[in-house]
Amino acid sequence: MALFTRAPKAEPILGQNRVIAHVLALLTWLIGLLFFFPLFWLVLNGFKDELDANSSPKLFFDPTLDRFSEVTEDTTGLLSFTEAFGNSFWIVLISTILVMALAIPAAYALAIRPMRKWRDVLFFFISTKFLPIVGAIMPLWIIARDLDLLNTRAVLIILYTAMNLPLAVWMLRSFFAEVPNELIEAAQIDGCSLMGQIRQVILPIVAPGLAATALLCVIFAWNEYFLAVQLNPVEGSTMPVWVASQESGRGNFLAKLSAASVLATLPVVIAGWVAQKRMIRGLAMGAIK
Amino acid sequence: MSSAITEHRDETEHADHADEVRRLERREGWNRRLPILPALIFTIVVTQIPFLFTLFYSLTDWRIDTPEPREFIGFENYGALPDDKFFRDAAWVSVQMTVLAVLLSLIVGTALAILLDRKFFGQGFVRTLLITPFLVMPVVAGFLWKSQMFSATFGVLNWVLELFGFESIEFATKYPLASVVVVLVWQWSPFMMLIVLAGLQGQDTSVLEAARVDGATTVGIFRQITFPQLRPYLELGTLLGAIYLIQVYDHIDVITGGSPDSKNLPFYIAQRSIGGGNRFGLASSYSIVVVIASIIIANIGLRVLSGLLEDDS
Repeated sequence: MALFTRAPKAEPILGQNRVIAHVLALLTWLIGLLFFFPLFWLVLNGFKDELDANSSPKLFFDPTLDRFSEVTEDTTGLLSFTEAFGNSFWIVLISTILVMALAIPAAYALAIRPMRKWRDVLFFFISTKFLPIVGAIMPLWIIARDLDLLNTRAVLIILYTAMNLPLAVWMLRSFFAEVPNELIEAAQIDGCSLMGQIRQVILPIVAPGLAATALLCVIFAWNEYFLAVQLNPVEGSTMPVWVASQESGRGNFLAKLSAASVLATLPVVIAGWVAQKRMIRGLAMGAIK
Repeated sequence: MSSAITEHRDETEHADHADEVRRLERREGWNRRLPILPALIFTIVVTQIPFLFTLFYSLTDWRIDTPEPREFIGFENYGALPDDKFFRDAAWVSVQMTVLAVLLSLIVGTALAILLDRKFFGQGFVRTLLITPFLVMPVVAGFLWKSQMFSATFGVLNWVLELFGFESIEFATKYPLASVVVVLVWQWSPFMMLIVLAGLQGQDTSVLEAARVDGATTVGIFRQITFPQLRPYLELGTLLGAIYLIQVYDHIDVITGGSPDSKNLPFYIAQRSIGGGNRFGLASSYSIVVVIASIIIANIGLRVLSGLLEDDS
């Protein structure tokens, strides 16, 4: 009994009945496993021989790490694993730093010392997300071509910064809005300088929110494929393009592609697991508060 | 809450020392706006200015593969749109795909959130299992479903079908739109679930207890207390989901390669312009239509959300 039900803190929506509680817990577990199953299968296939992967679904087989070493050591294509990983790493890192450097002052200004019409400014930022990227892709391609930026890391850094900036301003504003005004006023009365206020009062409170926002930017930038494949399809490109390029080989490639997928997905999946609660709190508060 | 309180106080201050505030604001005005400017300017330069170029291209007959000069043809591209069968098809696919994916993700996500909003053994672990699909790279999600779930020869789904004595189906070819939507829902319901979960956990438990003491039924509590409180979260989920799902490209590229029944407008636009079609003028007019439609939908969405913001303060 005690194994499945701990003392309920808040009243759950779906009744109190013990039997129902067990059934629902079981159902939730089943759905959770069902949702995760495709990923479990992907990992499994990454450890198979091509022969085992390219047959009717098999649960038991001799696991091997060969596919992982194959995809990481292969340098015959345009883009090797190490190149793609390095490109992704730098593009995501630099664009996320830029996003935070631009978004933190903006969010601070919108939340803590709001000017008039701050809401309009915030809505402007969000509304740029509504402009589908296809609305700008042709000029971007032309401009990038004319500036010799096609197939460079720089073009993706700039575009990923623009892509994530609205979301970051939105989330960060809600985290900054959580800082009690009384604290800032008290610091002012004590003669604390602006930088001092920021460093000693505001930063400690918003730090977890900053981390969550940065992680969400990392996830979106790491997974982005459309811009990468259109503007930077060759040697300067990123992990999603590398994964997609694994498909075009001769013969069977299912196990190889699975191994590549696992390697490409793992970094952000782990980041997301760590930050799951805060990420959503920030998103939700951005609109509700 | 704190922002609502500060704002309220700001308003009373405005009333009390309107003059002084105005004077201070004038002096501080630029100090306050300055931190916003870098982000604002960057956003305008990178997202708004290219859009103006698109607007200009859409009024020309520009093809990038011919040496012929770009000629201004007014609204000719737009005039041809209603008769353009491929455009109409892609637009219809866009509507179906976005509406189906957003609605289904919202329904599944809400159901999952309600199931998760109770203490049970392994709650945190199951939540982690459930959000993982959202974190997966769309290219990987597409490939994984296409070749390992949907495939007629190696797919797990077809293996299950055959187990029950049915014929195997090549899902991605036979039902391209449904296949893409299934993968989108698989990835986006976890996101909706987390947003609704944030709403459920922010509920005032004393109100719920009071209702229960007064003899309210579970259904009654959900309809009269929980649902109204969840509304802003559901609207937020719809808004964010629509922003991202209207732009779907990766999933289509990987799962169906853009077969006619699953080719949405973003995919079609890319195909007709930088994807080798080279018709920059015509494709730009498609883009403008997408942008205008998105802005109309977004405005309705944002107005609903901002209405909620006004009510709060």
